[in-house]
Amino acid sequence: MWDYTDQVMDHFRNPRNVGKIEHPDGVGTVGALACGDALTLMFKLGPDGRIAEVKFQTFGCASAIASSSVLTEMVIGKTVEEAGRITNKQIADALGGLPDQKMHCSVMGREALEAAIHNYRTGETGMRNLDERIVCTCFGVSENEILRITRENGLSSVDEVVNFCKAGGGCGMCRNEIQKLVDGVIAERTQAKTAPGDAPRKLTNLQKIKLIEEIITREIRPALQRDHGDVELVDISGDRVTIAFRGMCAGCHASETTRHSLIEAKLRECVAPEITVVEESRS
Amino acid sequence: MSRLVYLDNNATTCVAPEVRDAMLPFLTDLWGNPSSMHAFGGRVMRHVEEAREKVAALIHADPSEIIFTSCGTESNNAAIYGVAEILGPQARLITSRVEHPAVLGPCRHFREHGHTLIELPVDGVGQVDLAALREALFGGQCLVSLMWANNETGTIFPIDEIAALVKSVGGVIHTDAVQAVGKVPLDVRRTPVDLLSLSGHKLHAPKGIGALYVRRGTRLKTYMIGGHQEHGRRGGTENVPAIVGLGQAAELAAASLAGEAARVAPLRDRLESGLLATCPDARVNGDPRHRLPNTLNISFEFIEGEAILYHLSDLGICASSGSACSSGSLEPSHVIRAMGVPFTAVHGSIRFSLSRYTTAADIDTVLEHVPRVVAKLRALSPFVTT
Repeated sequence: MWDYTDQVMDHFRNPRNVGKIEHPDGVGTVGALACGDALTLMFKLGPDGRIAEVKFQTFGCASAIASSSVLTEMVIGKTVEEAGRITNKQIADALGGLPDQKMHCSVMGREALEAAIHNYRTGETGMRNLDERIVCTCFGVSENEILRITRENGLSSVDEVVNFCKAGGGCGMCRNEIQKLVDGVIAERTQAKTAPGDAPRKLTNLQKIKLIEEIITREIRPALQRDHGDVELVDISGDRVTIAFRGMCAGCHASETTRHSLIEAKLRECVAPEITVVEESRS
Repeated sequence: MSRLVYLDNNATTCVAPEVRDAMLPFLTDLWGNPSSMHAFGGRVMRHVEEAREKVAALIHADPSEIIFTSCGTESNNAAIYGVAEILGPQARLITSRVEHPAVLGPCRHFREHGHTLIELPVDGVGQVDLAALREALFGGQCLVSLMWANNETGTIFPIDEIAALVKSVGGVIHTDAVQAVGKVPLDVRRTPVDLLSLSGHKLHAPKGIGALYVRRGTRLKTYMIGGHQEHGRRGGTENVPAIVGLGQAAELAAASLAGEAARVAPLRDRLESGLLATCPDARVNGDPRHRLPNTLNISFEFIEGEAILYHLSDLGICASSGSACSSGSLEPSHVIRAMGVPFTAVHGSIRFSLSRYTTAADIDTVLEHVPRVVAKLRALSPFVTT
């Protein structure tokens, strides 16, 4: 069985807001039977201009149903503009996380919401520009979708792209092309960080703390967990970050290298070059 | 959770009490190494050879033609590697699109290393295309690996006819009989296969034990090199408790084969007709005329298999699905896809597989709950309009 969180199983077993709305203000459908999952999402605005009612119908696995259900709870009471800013990561986070291979369910939720908002604003039922170039013909994923998902989720490999939007997960013929798109996004990121003349943006203390937490959660911990290790953020004081190793990393003879070459290097790269990382016991 | 209803016996079976009892002495008092040159080890070796005789008897082979392995996957790998290495890269490998990954994997490995591989198509009920096989057999030396019965649909291939065809052109024929052994009669005196794989945990022996039948005279390169065990054909100290368990399981299966098939098939058929009657838009996958007595693969259209399985699991019912989402893959079962099952049904396939411990009450429980689960998920599906 998948390692689903209690929130996923709760929304799967007791999905909220299932069904259809008579005369919705916005309706969006994404996915297809052939692809193995599909979602129709519709909403109706209240007199205050906020989303008053939302319903969904999903064909898919437990995490697809749960992602759709939790999304309906997230959008109620929001303006269309506020709802439009919901990301697939927020959907996954609201469920306490999804297995890597199931992240595409959260993307499907976000795309259905986007399609419904597009329908509300334009009256059009289709989202895709027919001129868009399809890269993955097995799952009908366009170049623009791959680029957007890669950028928004900080992806850096084809396998991650597969997990988030299925592109490349069928016959595999498009994997080289996806790799080039991913490489392009990685180059954009590097360029953005090193653009000449751009003074580095000064982060507030709060922004710095949030960014450090995010980098550790999103990039560092998964890398360590793959080797049955882990790290915990203990404290942040100015540019000094205190951590504690957990799991296999605790007491590992290579933990010093991990601290310096992985954690400190990553935080210096992504947050600030002045950062130093120390272990709790040595602080 | 309510009482466990286990209908996933093509995945694994429970260890029969008689098998467990037979194994226990070899986990306690009789722990000697069967290769040792003392009486304590020799006594253990006699039990290993007794087990070999029992396994051989189940398929009407000679005990000297049985090699114990760790599982069905090892048996399949050993057969394909062992023969392909002997035949050399000029030989063609012929298999089908619906084989288990333990056969498709090694065959594709050899394709990457220069062998020609032909994967035969199947028809809508999962039957292999014999015309395509006849065509593929022309052109020199070949190894054919085709399963006796399919693990997902239960479809039984006409192995007698297939083996005769292969032997008529001088080819080597291996069959993955992991799902067939213990469920339908097998007789290698009558069916001229050269190699046959079987697995213990599919017939109420423990996991971690299998066997490979190698017809006397078949050339097979040794694939696991070490000690002189198994007459030098597979090095490695024998897993004695499991071997004894497999022997006991084989003896039980041989004794109950005809009676069990006659008992289980009507239960399966009642499950099938009951589900078709109570669940609209359901379709059975597999060959209704040539199918394992214990297997029902049924697709519930417009809903997805993993979601069905999780609801059934909440109700204490264990089954399995060929849906993509349940496997971590993005593509649904290669078997169901190869059969041309339409997309409306391919993601919602569920396999119920029975055993000698399945009761009528188990079937009643499934018949009571599945229609409700299907209805609940269909109420969620955007593809159900009524």
